[in-house]
Amino acid sequence: MKHIRSLNKANQKLTAATGGCGECQTSCQSACKTSCTVGNQTCEQL
Amino acid sequence: MEKIGIQRTQNQIHCFENQGFQLVLDIASGSVHVFDQLAFELVQEYTEQTKAELIDTYLDRYSKVEIVEAINEIETLIAADRLFSEEAVIDRKRLSHQDSPIKAMCLHVTHDCNLRCKYCFADGGDYSMPKALMSAEVGKKALKFLVDHSKNRHNLEVDFFGGEPLMNFDVVKELVAYGRELEKEYNKNFRFTITTNGVLLTDEIDEYMKKEMSNVVLSLDGRPEVNDRMRRTLNDQGSFDVIAPKFQHSVAARGDRDYYVRGTFTAHNLDFSKDVEFYHEMGFVHTSMEPVVSDPKFDYALREEHLPQIMLEYDRLAEKYVAWRKAGKKFSFFHFNVDLDRGPCIIKKMIGCGAGSEYVAVSPEGDLFPCHQFVGEDDFKMGTVDTGIVKPEIPARFSDLNIFTKETCRNCWARYFCGGGCHAHAYYANNDLKKPFAVACEMERKRVECAIGIQAALAMEDPKNE
Repeated sequence: MKHIRSLNKANQKLTAATGGCGECQTSCQSACKTSCTVGNQTCEQL
Repeated sequence: MEKIGIQRTQNQIHCFENQGFQLVLDIASGSVHVFDQLAFELVQEYTEQTKAELIDTYLDRYSKVEIVEAINEIETLIAADRLFSEEAVIDRKRLSHQDSPIKAMCLHVTHDCNLRCKYCFADGGDYSMPKALMSAEVGKKALKFLVDHSKNRHNLEVDFFGGEPLMNFDVVKELVAYGRELEKEYNKNFRFTITTNGVLLTDEIDEYMKKEMSNVVLSLDGRPEVNDRMRRTLNDQGSFDVIAPKFQHSVAARGDRDYYVRGTFTAHNLDFSKDVEFYHEMGFVHTSMEPVVSDPKFDYALREEHLPQIMLEYDRLAEKYVAWRKAGKKFSFFHFNVDLDRGPCIIKKMIGCGAGSEYVAVSPEGDLFPCHQFVGEDDFKMGTVDTGIVKPEIPARFSDLNIFTKETCRNCWARYFCGGGCHAHAYYANNDLKKPFAVACEMERKRVECAIGIQAALAMEDPKNE
């Protein structure tokens, strides 16, 4: 496309079918301990 | 004439500029696109005007061919469900934490500290309670409690926290050894982590942590004068000269194992990008800098009037970050690490941190709380490691917290990045678990915009994306 470039290919809605296993890291345990970003956790299934 | 995309609304997308790019986030699908000027203008009017109206509106500045071309590209993304996409429909039961397994635990192995940081939410390490060390017996009961309530979860996380956990290092070692026995017996995988101020670090402890801790969080606030203003020793001296060399040594000893150098910024260092830059100059690669959590009455507290400066500072940090990465330097900042393709599933993004349900904290005495920030709050004591959870009404208050049950989250474009934010912030700021702390939300939204802007800046340089 000429006017638009996409930065990613994934559609997070598709993970609804297979997601929710709960094995990924609890977000607050990783570094912050005071604020919340879950978007930067990684999926254990990938 | 019927408007195109009439059932779509502009609040399904978030349009913003960062790092010199015009960016569009499709909120429900998580798709992110870089738009040129024409397409960026069109997409912001797309649901409000018909195709003919759009052409008329922009004909004075662009050719009809270009406008139609850009509209066609927008429609290609809509057809692919990557623009103006509808929210995923998820069964509410899948979002409830009711009776969920517990798989993460913050173990407060000490409520005492060998520093006196002025902003400490643990109030000198003791959480306004008597100073205490967790016994090995209590710690073992806590780990067994975790295993017993983890159901089918394989990966279990235990963070040694305090106060200063290295003041109780013998118990830490005993608990790790016990955990290794439990993982064999129950087919679990313990991931131990520790959050330390560094005062007691030695070669022996570094070696031990490399072997046993999957991640270590090292507390340092950045530039010496910034660190020393808030992170004071028991003799009211600055701590930088004591801890900084130890952290450098510790990080070198870790090799490729995870660590974070983590700082806190306050109203006294609103120019905190310089502190992150200082981390970089010190050779630290994995970093985090968090806004202080405090009562607004303190002079170092972050308040709404600081937000414009904080927003600018995140932009400055993002610019520096891009420059370092383009120069081939290894560096990461926790909140900028958003992976747009391999991030967590949408369920995780909807339910957020899991405090009070899949995550609990244990005080030195063995009392159970929903998370480390509620430790010491009698109203949130759920039970003990001996009794188990005897007040199920407390975890029940957390079990239905998600981005749809928090009203402000439901309409926030960043809801899939923070998962509803920090429940403790909401409680302490608004006395309501369902009302997020607005100042923290503003900062989170800015960090997400910067994280995406960084990805655009790095990706658009990559020839593969030409």
